[in-house]
Amino acid sequence: MKRIKKALAPIVLSGIAAATSAQAGEVEVLHWWTSGGEAASVAVLKGLLEKEGHTWKDFAVAGGGGESAMTVLKSRAVSGNPPAAAQIKGLDIQEWANLGLLANLDSVAKAGNWDKLLPDVVSNVMKYENHYVAVPVNVHRVNWLWANPDVFRKAGVGIPTTWEEFPAAADAIQKAGFIPLAHGGQAWQDATLFEAIALGMGGSEFYNKAFVKHDADTLKSEKMVKIFETFKSMRKYIDKDAAGRDWNIATSMVINGKAAMQVMGDWAKGEFTAAGKKPGVDYMCLPAPGTSGQFTFNIDSFAMFKLNNDDNVKAQNAMARLIMEPTFQETFNLNKGSIPVRSGMARDKFDSCAEASMDAFNAAASTGDLVPSMAHGMSTTSYIQGAIYDVVTNFFNDDSQSAKEAVNKLAQAVKAAM
Amino acid sequence: MVNQTAQSSMNWSRINRGLIYAVLLTAALFYLLPLVVMVLTSFKTMDDIRSGNLISWPTEFVFDAWSKAWSTACTGVRCEGVEGYFWNSVQIVVPAVLISTFLGALNGYVFTKWKFRGSELLFGLLLFGCFIPFQVVLLPMAQTLGLLGLANTTAGLVFVHIVYGMAFTTLFFRNFYINIPGELVKAAQLDGAGFFTIFWRILLPISGPIIVVTIIWQTTQIWNDFLFGVVYGSGDTQPITVALNNLVNTSTGVKEYNVHMAAAIIAGLPTLLVYVLAGKYFVRGLTAGSVKG
Amino acid sequence: MRAISMGAHDRPEATAKAKGGLAWLERWLPKMVLAPTFVMMLVFIYGYIIWTAVLSMTNSRFLPSYDFVGLLQFEKLFENDRWLVACTNLGIFGGLFILVCLVLGVTLAILLDQKIRQEGAIRTVYLYPMALSFIVTGTAWKWMLNPGLGLEKVVRDLGFESFSFDWIVDPNMAIYTLVIAAVWQSSGFVMAMFLAGLRGIDNSIIQAAQIDGATLPKIYRRIILPSLRPVFFSAFIILSHIAIKSFDLVAAMTGGGPGYSTDLPATFMYAHSFTRSQIGLGAASAMLMLGGVLAILIPYLYSELRGSRNG
Repeated sequence: MKRIKKALAPIVLSGIAAATSAQAGEVEVLHWWTSGGEAASVAVLKGLLEKEGHTWKDFAVAGGGGESAMTVLKSRAVSGNPPAAAQIKGLDIQEWANLGLLANLDSVAKAGNWDKLLPDVVSNVMKYENHYVAVPVNVHRVNWLWANPDVFRKAGVGIPTTWEEFPAAADAIQKAGFIPLAHGGQAWQDATLFEAIALGMGGSEFYNKAFVKHDADTLKSEKMVKIFETFKSMRKYIDKDAAGRDWNIATSMVINGKAAMQVMGDWAKGEFTAAGKKPGVDYMCLPAPGTSGQFTFNIDSFAMFKLNNDDNVKAQNAMARLIMEPTFQETFNLNKGSIPVRSGMARDKFDSCAEASMDAFNAAASTGDLVPSMAHGMSTTSYIQGAIYDVVTNFFNDDSQSAKEAVNKLAQAVKAAM
Repeated sequence: MVNQTAQSSMNWSRINRGLIYAVLLTAALFYLLPLVVMVLTSFKTMDDIRSGNLISWPTEFVFDAWSKAWSTACTGVRCEGVEGYFWNSVQIVVPAVLISTFLGALNGYVFTKWKFRGSELLFGLLLFGCFIPFQVVLLPMAQTLGLLGLANTTAGLVFVHIVYGMAFTTLFFRNFYINIPGELVKAAQLDGAGFFTIFWRILLPISGPIIVVTIIWQTTQIWNDFLFGVVYGSGDTQPITVALNNLVNTSTGVKEYNVHMAAAIIAGLPTLLVYVLAGKYFVRGLTAGSVKG
Repeated sequence: MRAISMGAHDRPEATAKAKGGLAWLERWLPKMVLAPTFVMMLVFIYGYIIWTAVLSMTNSRFLPSYDFVGLLQFEKLFENDRWLVACTNLGIFGGLFILVCLVLGVTLAILLDQKIRQEGAIRTVYLYPMALSFIVTGTAWKWMLNPGLGLEKVVRDLGFESFSFDWIVDPNMAIYTLVIAAVWQSSGFVMAMFLAGLRGIDNSIIQAAQIDGATLPKIYRRIILPSLRPVFFSAFIILSHIAIKSFDLVAAMTGGGPGYSTDLPATFMYAHSFTRSQIGLGAASAMLMLGGVLAILIPYLYSELRGSRNG
């Protein structure tokens, strides 16, 4: 009975909405989802919106994980002509809301019961001064380890579950003639690997203290030095040609069996799927070492800008509502490799990796192990994130720098950026 | 200009000529290499690329990537390839190139043949100005365009390209006209020709080579511009570079290098065409030069 | 149009009184023609430079704001390791890039001017790199320069096992790979500029020199190259403009890496102004970039423009 009610709710809701929005409006949507699967996912939303009579004006700008789109957005805002909806992530939402540019979505949120459906950690990101100003689309888990079981079989070792086990396994893999860790030497990939190590070795509390609260003592702690040392030790297990390599080429090294594993977010699954590989058979998706109970999240979301035209506001609200509804959440996330942001969704269409991700998400939400990703702009403002990036990537590539120096630099850089 | 030179100096032996060809062809190889890589990649299948053969002969030649890049690749919510964006770019490039080239020619003419007190300083200021990093002007320009009511229109984008292309077109024409003897202008003045008549009748007809250079430069710059196009364009008038960027620069999506390469070559074809067509006028410049001598 | 040409009969100064309005028009016409350019320059270049200068002294972060903090941003900049790396890189990159492009450009132009068969085709081959957007050619270069995929692997597969070309993954050498790709992209255009210049040279001077018995290399050294001086000037301006603004190149090829060893001021400025929401710091770096340009350019501009006035 409960299930039926849940399934019916959105249909009833959208029925009401369709009746009230007799006038059709237009939403201009700025987003950076442009590749095949992603574009298909957004197209679903467009279709749903058009079914209600509204028009979707597409404004796609890809590049640098949304960096280019943000530049464009700033220019649009300055010219007094922001789009109706824009894909904005993490703490940037607060910045935009702080400027008084974002529309209040409380009525949509209340009707859709968002407070119940979203974990607090997530809804906090979407709210400014306790009002909803953005709507979440999906949750990526960043702390994944992608492994090629074949390589491990040939090397005769098991997949490491902690960073302490990692060197032994990696040495064996190296001896067997494979590259232990596939990696691309780009700042954000370095940071992704670094944050996985920090979370695995330091635990959630340490992680939050360092990368959310930027506690100076934690940043300079002995533990952080250890983490930096472990991070540097990964260099041995990465081939020398990694510099500048795109993440997907690193993934294809795992797919081809040239490399044993890669630490990367769940979007890597798209590459495995595109190559026709099956999860659990051709490749394994496991939590990054030492982080089995933890979940580093990277959430995509849309923020809505204040508009003057009432019809367009209606269209905008319709879009916010549709994003949170199960139809869109399911199709979008099936395409994207991520998991739905709302709880209680049917799981039958998702693969084993996504299911594992959902379980981890729910479990972590209750234990406090649901942590924001530093590497993907969830935990901190873009300027502090940039400062951390610089220290991390420079340390990783500079053989002469000691972990101790790097830790001091980290504390210094974070302080300077604050 | 070397036609007589070459004839008279037959002592430039055949060996020398062979050497010249050798150098030229070696250089050509260097320039062609990346294109070869791109073309080969565009004919590969994704499986071929994924297996790690990035720089190698394709295991089989397929044309799928080309048709996909042209008509079915996604550049946003639309999955219609780069075809539609071609026209957008043309609409931006043609007026922007023509207007900025024309203004540059006029400016260059004034700066060399009608100097006045302070004109050199003005030219210096204009030149220095072209070193302003474009990233700096993004926000104030956005504000200005908003005030002018040109925000996110093709006209606004054309305007921006004219403004920031002017310094270079002026530079090109000035440095070309400076070699043209002032007596030519003086003589025309004595014959009763005025400011514009001299420009039309005397300077423009011999400006062939420099017009070619300017058009090549401006077309290339504006056609390949991404920064202004992405910031000042809007959804359906985005230039082709933005479409190409959207196709290529996905961050967490699957990357199809073969399609990327094909799309990049397609996007570059119009500029290539300009080079081939305009190239003829280099040779014309030769005759113009000898007429003038 | 007709009226103007009648008035132009004499020098305007001499007959200003006699011919009144027409002469006035004649005198002001050149200035009126320059006026639109002048106004645009004033607003869109110098106005914005002043605006940037103001921002560089504020605490602007996400969007421009006007809380003045004096020279704090400049102090921060000089303490920033990455900025210092970026400036050094620009010195290396800019110097080499301009030099190699000029030498290569003028050499190829002279060789191509020797009544070469298939000149059109060869010229197009030299020019085409400019036609392709670096967003994608950067990927091709990245592959070719990568030791595991490109040149090094090919040569080793041919049997030269000790061959090594791994600059792009070496933090100390990666900046030189940017020079290679940048030269590849821009030298063709420089060649075209020189070619246009060569074709614009007055034949009679060369003929006269030949009659005097000068050899071809001598003619090039003494007559042709010196008369290409304005072209060198244009090319230098263009190339330094490209060098200073190099952005796509870095973004597509190295992304500033390994580490941030190939960062350039332009990428630094963009990253801080936009990606990292430090507009104040970005503005400060832009001002320093302009200051640097000023220091190098002004002496050159001055000598070049003065020289042309005398000559």
